[in-house]
This record gives sequence, structure tokens and C-alpha cells, in this order.
Amino acid sequence: MITLEGYGWRHAGRRAWAVRGVDLRIERGERVLLLGPSGAGKSTLLHALGGLLPDDSGEAEGVRKVDAEHVGIVFQDPQSQLVMSRAGDEVAFGLENIGWSADRVWPRVDEVLHQVGFGYERDRATAALSGGEQQRLVLAGALAPRPELLLLDEPTANLDPAGAALVRRALRDAVDADTTVVLIEHRIAEVLDLVTRVVVLEPGGGVRDDVPPHLLAGPLGAELAAAGVWVPGHPAPAHHAANPPGDTLLSTHDLRVRHLSYPDVTVRAGEALAVTGPNGCGKSTLALALGGLLKPAGGEVRSPDGPPHRWRARALAGRIGSVFQNPEQQFVAATVREELALGGTPAGRVDELLTRLRLDRLAGANPFTLSGGEARRLSVATALAARPRLLILDEPTFGQDRRTWIELVDMLAALRDDGHGVVTVTHDPDVVAALADRTLELGPTS
Amino acid sequence: MTNYRWRTVDIVVASILAVAFGVVFWAWGLLWNGPAGAIFGSTFPPAAAAIYGVWLLPAVLAPLIIRKPGAAIYTELVAAIVSALLGTSWGISVLWYGLAQGAAGELGFLLGGYRRWNLGQSLVAATFAGATAAGLDLFYYYGDWQFSWKIAYVAIVVASTLLFAGVGGHFLTKALAGTGALDRFPSGRSRDLV
Amino acid sequence: MTLPTAAPRASLQRSDALLARRTPVAKIVFLALFTTSALFTRDVAALGFALVVTFAVAPLFGITPWGLLRRGWPALLGAATVVLSLALFAADRSGTVLVDFGPIVITSTVLGNALSLALRLLAIALPSILVFSTTDPTDLADSLIQHARVSPRFAIGALAAFRLVGLLGDEWRMIAMARRARGIDAGRNPVRWFTLFASTAFGLLVGAIRRGTRLAVAMDARGFDSGLPRTVARPMPWRPADWLLVAAGALLAAAIQLIAHR
Repeated sequence: MITLEGYGWRHAGRRAWAVRGVDLRIERGERVLLLGPSGAGKSTLLHALGGLLPDDSGEAEGVRKVDAEHVGIVFQDPQSQLVMSRAGDEVAFGLENIGWSADRVWPRVDEVLHQVGFGYERDRATAALSGGEQQRLVLAGALAPRPELLLLDEPTANLDPAGAALVRRALRDAVDADTTVVLIEHRIAEVLDLVTRVVVLEPGGGVRDDVPPHLLAGPLGAELAAAGVWVPGHPAPAHHAANPPGDTLLSTHDLRVRHLSYPDVTVRAGEALAVTGPNGCGKSTLALALGGLLKPAGGEVRSPDGPPHRWRARALAGRIGSVFQNPEQQFVAATVREELALGGTPAGRVDELLTRLRLDRLAGANPFTLSGGEARRLSVATALAARPRLLILDEPTFGQDRRTWIELVDMLAALRDDGHGVVTVTHDPDVVAALADRTLELGPTS
Repeated sequence: MTNYRWRTVDIVVASILAVAFGVVFWAWGLLWNGPAGAIFGSTFPPAAAAIYGVWLLPAVLAPLIIRKPGAAIYTELVAAIVSALLGTSWGISVLWYGLAQGAAGELGFLLGGYRRWNLGQSLVAATFAGATAAGLDLFYYYGDWQFSWKIAYVAIVVASTLLFAGVGGHFLTKALAGTGALDRFPSGRSRDLV
Repeated sequence: MTLPTAAPRASLQRSDALLARRTPVAKIVFLALFTTSALFTRDVAALGFALVVTFAVAPLFGITPWGLLRRGWPALLGAATVVLSLALFAADRSGTVLVDFGPIVITSTVLGNALSLALRLLAIALPSILVFSTTDPTDLADSLIQHARVSPRFAIGALAAFRLVGLLGDEWRMIAMARRARGIDAGRNPVRWFTLFASTAFGLLVGAIRRGTRLAVAMDARGFDSGLPRTVARPMPWRPADWLLVAAGALLAAAIQLIAHR
């Protein structure tokens, strides 16, 4: 099915090879989990298998043979994979592309929507679906032409636990036994029973290990965990507050934002509060309201300095640091250094933050060109620049590998122990376990 | 540049520019009919054209980014269609405008043989696009104006287009390339190797 | 800035009003004939006729005349500006003086010119609202491919990008809040307001281009550029009623010109 010999790829505009020296044979019907630390080129390799590296976007070396008539691919973010406005049209899109006639298209659309457990009619607006439902629809679109090879690039990384479970169930139910599957996933505990083989890529190039899944329980698992892979049986270290919490920084009373109402919340110095709950319960909206970015529709957010949404932006940044789920939305400058110096941060403080968050080598880089982990660190650094006492983070560990995850949690714990208040909106149970001193769980329609 | 065929990424990104500018066109129409009309309508109406250049930005920006023949016409036309879908006061006439303005911008880059994408070429394209738009306006809307106003109007529209579309398009492309968003395009590869 | 995008509807139902469900290309040809004819006239009677027809057929598109006025507010604003600017500054101030109040001198010629320009603006804008607000973007792309021989790659590519409009509104609000969180606001300084606006728009554009680049890869992964002839899963027949609509557009265009040159 797949033969790679000494395969390598270098993206245009880059000095380093994204992958290099990969020798790999995958037979029909195998289920392969592709592992490796961030930057080992897993995603590039998957693109190569899918024939998605056009000649004009870089340079290839070695041999790449893929013997599959149709290849289905699912990426992380459903929003940048959905093409059409209606669910049925979305699945039909791929079939139209390869020339299926209309009378064959619609029965197949219905069949594959049923297989992935899509519970709505064909006219359902794709924009009205939850992330997990959208990703199941993307999977249906990939499966519709009956691909012989299915490539999955962290298909559940952008989903909450319930959405991720939906997609994994759909994968179990809808993929035929003779379909070859290659999967990339950071959190492997949930997918180990889906695969028959684990291939570990070496960051410098080549395949480091090629083993059956059960071997991950041994020393290899420990090694991979140290390299940034989430391996079952290697939980992250937990940090709980050494001191009792201090004074109250913020409190809410009968708070309503948009159409949602919230239980009363108190945020104290030297305490880490986790806000959890299913998608759509208004966790992020609560974070925005606490951060003084949304005006309450009713009730109030109280602080010693008055309601945060009335503060001028400068004052706000000095009191509350907000870190958004998507770091890029917060970037305004052309270099990492300018980003931190924004608003008159003293040069000494900028250097301190650059060193502390290991961004010093990237001081001259454009913030938009940073990798996911680097961009996350920069967004935290910008929120800390004006030394606010309260830090509010929305899904800070989203899509991060284990190494960045541990770094972030360590740093948030250290900030908390320095007397900062830390509010983390998260659907990651490990964050709650490792960091939270108190948890606020919001109901589906609080 | 010998490959003139549009890749999927060319089509989608040109369309995204068009959609984004369609929304800007729509908002600009409100600005034109509202504040700009109110401020300058009571003093010197041709001066409102100072904001005009934004309407012609896609006709220069899209070719600078995509570097394929037809990028100016396609993007300006689709942007016009999107603004019509959102509802403007110019109805279907924006389609004829989009087509004419896009073709004028296209001509600017055609004269460079689709090989030159520098500031000079952007200014040439901007001049053509601005002059075309101003001419259409005088023909359809401002035929009743006195001659000196007509001259002033053309001059202000062209100057605004040179500024927003010519200079603005050039530097916007550079800024976008700096963010790595244009890595799939030749225009984004002028960055240093990293 | 508030974008004219409604909250996503769960199910995308198409309008079943008599004219709303005609083939999009037929509706657009009708619109082009009808309004282009209006574009070339300044005659008040002809333009008045065009407007009366527009309001009369609005219910056939499933829109009440009042609803048409509500959706047409940018056009009404434009018409008001035209009248105001001409009332103050027309070059031709011949005819009977109707109002003489300080700088405002309104003569019968000025009033006639202003009226005809305002009517023309409405006669062009309002029919477009009838057609475009009742046309589903997917149907428009399908019809352009099947009836106007537009390249499917371009029609579907544009359609996919159009789907992102709804996302742009939310993205804008998030970026604006992120700016405030970073300590940046404009206060009452118009220059800072402008730079903040430009930086927010730039952030939006970078995000949109990146999303588009990923979307293009996902589309290629599903064979969009496979080179195989693309089929049509939603065949859209061109019916006699579509010819009738086009013919009606031609007749109305002719009628406008006849009234104008009576």
C-alpha cells in the first residue's frame, strides 16, 4: 500500500528538512499510529502520503509510492475543512469531484451519514453543528468515496472530551476492516485499541521505532513521555497551592452575560480556579466577562477598583491578564520583542519575560510565524507584561504536546504561588487534576 | 512566472480576499452615503472621494498576492457581488463597476507582462483603476456637476487610489508575507530562510 | 462594526415563493435587464414605474413591501444623501425658486434633478435586494455552473470562501476584545481609532488567509483539483417559467425606455 525509501521533504522558504530519511512499508488493512515529539514532521509525512505536497511548495527526496485509488484525510480543525453550507452537500462535494453521477451520490451520502452516526437531516446547516458533530461530518466526507487509505491528523485535538469521544466512536463504527489507516494523535490512551502498529519518528530524521502497541507500556513509553507524547501511565506532576488563598480579586453577583446566567464566583489571590463544563455552557463567555472584555447583561462583576468592563484598556491590562484560546488573535506587532514592549513595558522586563518563557532566540521573529507551543508561550508572556495580579486563560493547553503542557502548568502554578490569582477555563481533566485548587463546574444551561 | 493555471489555493485565497473586501465595500458604502456624504456634501462634495481608494484595493492587492492573470478582475468582481449580496445602494450596477475596475487594474499588471510586482507596477495599476472608476461615476452620477468639480473629483479619486491601493496594496502584501500567511505563494517567499 | 449576518439557522430551507424559487441565473438576468434599463434613464415617470413594479412583485419573492423598505435602508440612506447634496450644490439652478433659505436655494430644476437621481438609486437598489436576499448562495453557485458555464472550480471556491463571512463577524469581535485585553483602546482619539481599526482588520485578514490556505488543502485532499470531470449532485432544470422571468425582464426594460422616450 505505502512504500517510503529515504523519503524527505523541505518546505519552500525553510532551511531545515521537515522530515528526512524515512523508510516505511505499510500493508493494506494495517492501522498505524504515527508518534514523535513536536517538530518531528508527523504532519508533513501525512500530507506526503495524501499527495498534498505540491512540487511548487517545497522539495522532495527519496522514494514515495502510495498505491491507493482514493485517499481520505481528516485534519484537526473542522472549520477549515468544511466547504459547503449544508451537511448533505458537504458529503456530496467529494463525490462530485471524482465524477459520481447524481443518482449514486445521494444514496451513498445517506449511507455514510448514517455510518458515522450523524443525527440530522441533509439540510442541516454545517455552521449550526458542534465541533464534534462537524468533525464527524468531515469524517463522513472523507469516507464517502470508499477510500482505501484513511489519514487522520489529530482529528480530536480541537474537540472537548465529549466531541472527541463521538469522533472516536464514529471511527470505530464506520471504517471497514480492509481500509488502511494512518493516525497522528498526541493523546494516545484513547486510540491504542484502534491501532495495530506504532511508528515513532525521530526529530532529526528517520524512523526510530516500529513496534506493536503493547510495547508502549515499557521503557519506550517513559522515553516518549519525556519527549512530549501523552503515554498512558505517565501522568503529569501535580502542583497544589502551598499557602491558603489571599484577598478577593474579583467576585460576581447574579451575573448574566448575553443570554446566559452564572452562579456567583469568587476569585482570590494565590489560588487557581478551574472553570469546566460541556461545550456551549458559556465557559469562554464567563472568562471574557471576568476579564472586563464583555459588559454584563445583568448582575455585576465586583473588584476593589470597580467593575472591570468600565476600566480603560491600559488599566485593565495592568490588573487582569487575559489569554485567549487562539493566541494569534492577540498579536499586534511585527516582532516578538515589540509585542512584549507594547504599551511601554520596560526593556528589562521584556528581557526577563523572553528568558523566562524561552522566547529569547525568537525575539526578532514575526509572532504569526511561531509554532503552536511558541505562540502559546508568547501569548502568556504578553498577558504578564504589565504585571497583573490576576490571570485568566481560556483553554491554555489546547492542542499542546505533553512537554509544553507541563511547562505551562508549572508556570501557572509558580505564578499562583507568587500570589497571583489564576482562572483557567478548560475541558482538560488533567489540568484540573494537576493545577486547580477549586473547580467551578458549569451545567449545560446554567 | 510561467505557470498561469490557478491552483485551488489561488482560487480560495482570492475568493477570501474578495469576500473580506465585499464586507469592507458594504461598510464603505454606508460611510460614503452617511458620514462622508454629510461632512463633505455640505462643503465640497468631490472631497468625499478621499476615501475612494479602498474600493479599488482588491484590484491591486489580489494580483500582488496571487500573481496570476485574472486575479484583479476576479477579486474585484467577486467583492462587488458579495457587497451586492449584503445589500448596497448601487444594486447590480456594482457588478459593472467591479468588472471595469478589475479590468483596469489587470491592465496595469498586464503591461508589466505579469512579471513585475513592485511598487511602480502597483501605482500604474492603481492609476488605471482609479481613473476608470472616476470616469464611470462622472458619467452615471455627477454629470450635473460644474467642470472644475469634475476635474477635482477625478484627481482626488486617483490620488486616493494611489495611496490606498497602490502604496497600501504594496505594503499590505509585504506585511502579510511577513506573517507567513503567504507561504504558499511566490509573493510570500521573499522572506528570509528560517 | 456590526455585520449583516444573522445567527446560523439550524436548517437551511429555501424560500418557496413563486419568483424566489426560480433559477438564480434567470433571476439575475431579469435583474440585469430591468435595472440596467433604469440605470440609463433619468426620467422620473419611467423610474417611478420601475419602483411601482418592484413593490408590486415583492410579494412574489416572498417579501412584503414593508420588508423591502426595511432591508433597503442603505439605499434609502443613499437616496437621502443624493437629495441633500444636490439641494445644496447643484450647478444648474435655473427654474422657479421654491425655497430660499440662507445657502439653501432649491429651484424646480434642482428638485427635479435630485428626485430623478434618488429615484434611480432606489430603482437600481431595491430590485437587487429582492433577488439577492431570496437566493441561496449554494443555489447561485450551482446555477452559475449549470446555466452560465462558469468554471466549477471558481464557483465552488468562491462559495467556500463566502461561507467564511459568518465566521469573520465572530472573529472580528474576538480580535477587538483581544486588543482591549492587551491594553490597546482608541478612547476618543480618531487617529488611534483608525490605527486600531487597521490593526484589527489586518489580524482578521491574516487569520482568514491562513484558514483559506488550510481549506484549499482540505479541498484538494477531497479531489477538488483531481482533473476528473466534476459531476453535479444537485441538477437544476431550466424551466419554462425561467424563460418567462427573463422575458418579463426584457419587457420591463423596454417599457422603462418607452416611458422615458414618450
